[in-house]
Amino acid sequence: MLEQSRPARLTLRVVALGYLALLLGIPVGVVLYRTFEHGIAPVWDAITTPAAISAFTLTLEVAAIAVPLNTVLGILTALVLVRGRFRGKAVLEAIVDLPFAISPIVVGLALVLVYGRIGWFGPWLADHGIQIIFSLPGIVIATVFVSLPFVAREVAPVLREIGDEQEQAAATLGASSWQTFTRITLPAIRWGVAYGIVLTVARCIGEFGAVSIVSGKISGETETLTLLVEKRFNNFDLAGAYAASALLAIIALATLLAMTRLNPRKDHQS
Amino acid sequence: MSPSLATDNGLSEVPPASPAGPPGCSRLRARPHRRARAGGTGPLGTGVVTIWLSLIVLLPLAAVTAKSFDDGAGRFWDVVTQRQAVNALIFTLVVSLLAAAINAVMGTLVAWVLVRDDFRGKSAVNALIDLPFALPTIVAGLTLIALYGKNSPVGIDVTYTRTAVLLALMFVTLPFVVRSVQPVLLELDREMEEASTSLGASPGQTFRRIVLPNLRPAILSGAALSFARAVGEFGSIVLISGNVPFKTEVSAVYIFKLQESSDNPISASAVSVVLLGVSLLVLIGIRVFERRGDQRA
Repeated sequence: MLEQSRPARLTLRVVALGYLALLLGIPVGVVLYRTFEHGIAPVWDAITTPAAISAFTLTLEVAAIAVPLNTVLGILTALVLVRGRFRGKAVLEAIVDLPFAISPIVVGLALVLVYGRIGWFGPWLADHGIQIIFSLPGIVIATVFVSLPFVAREVAPVLREIGDEQEQAAATLGASSWQTFTRITLPAIRWGVAYGIVLTVARCIGEFGAVSIVSGKISGETETLTLLVEKRFNNFDLAGAYAASALLAIIALATLLAMTRLNPRKDHQS
Repeated sequence: MSPSLATDNGLSEVPPASPAGPPGCSRLRARPHRRARAGGTGPLGTGVVTIWLSLIVLLPLAAVTAKSFDDGAGRFWDVVTQRQAVNALIFTLVVSLLAAAINAVMGTLVAWVLVRDDFRGKSAVNALIDLPFALPTIVAGLTLIALYGKNSPVGIDVTYTRTAVLLALMFVTLPFVVRSVQPVLLELDREMEEASTSLGASPGQTFRRIVLPNLRPAILSGAALSFARAVGEFGSIVLISGNVPFKTEVSAVYIFKLQESSDNPISASAVSVVLLGVSLLVLIGIRVFERRGDQRA
């Protein structure tokens, strides 16, 4: 192996850790310090205002709809892409990747152009009294769009790895497709699914750009937690912005913990 | 975004050839309908997935593209060649390229230290790498302002400068190269390095001639993903950059302003289509590059 002299190794270590500290560690530390420098009481007050509670509830509601949708359809997508044999599979694969590469702002604008007042379905929806943009369904659709690839992305390699011999055995022994799926496939891919769900939850809770266009930012109604952070910052309520950020940061840290816990299991399995 | 995106790229690999199976399996092969059903989803599943992806992903993108040409191709061209639009696009591309390049170097270095070095707290540092994936982008922006903003405890204020945009992009794209290089470095056969050293190569030579060529695909693929992410970034930039036209305004912010402040969806769509084109080019580039790598391997 490449022999590194002690000074060389220490230099590399200091440069790498210094970069991480300046970019990640210290800024996050300063935010946490600024948030809690006057104790926990003002933070608690700032995250229990009616607007904050409503934003937090809305954020959870959106995640509660978007995550199960993307989980079920993500697993199905992975199954179709790995096990299916049909023309145009490469195209479907490419479409699954698209949400990773598209700016959230473009996503938000695009949804307004489909479901908004001036959008393709706008007149029809208005005639039937259905509101999507500037209300919950719009926020949910935007969130589903940006977090669509995660579960499929995590499950597909596991599916490929485990092969389909056991599934074939189950089928020859007379199991129905559903039985084969619940008894053989699902247990085999469960850690991949779990990892995908964690990533999806993080993205759903943290989405900002797409939601900021489709939500209309109506305080107490369509304002999510990330939008509340922005509004408080722009209103010079720095302490309030930090407090709401801290709440989001804690969710992020929990996500990080779940990721480090799940990753070895997932790798071990595949 | 998934850290495993670049390396164990689940969806773009060529599926392994179906096992030929020992002679005893001929009964299975004689009944292909069984085979197709086992673990598969059939035409129904394919149909549901196709409709789902079309409805959620393709329909909105089609709407943007159609809208951008509402006033004709000439007007489209006028909008996207306006000085402010061109300025924003060039700045977006340059600053994204810069962030990707910096993280290509620093990410490789961080991955190297995490794999080849040993120190206390290494696993904590390793977990910290994913923080930019987990932290909401608006919080990332606020976090950078806390250290490098107006009330900076160290007296550095980069707000409303181009440096601020670069800093935000470096933050959000940090994990890509680290997470794509790390597994390759772990798997790397160290005997080659030993051979090189025993033949009298200096550490620098061994790194340049032996290690780097092996890492190059992973570095490039991580950097390309960083670039793709950076080009569309909005949340982490919007607070710290001040969005000054002709200076710190990126394309995503410009689109946002056209739509929200000027209520001009046709212009917003036109600029979006250009940005969309850049994203697609990067995605296609990554795919072609990976496919070539697979064939060579």
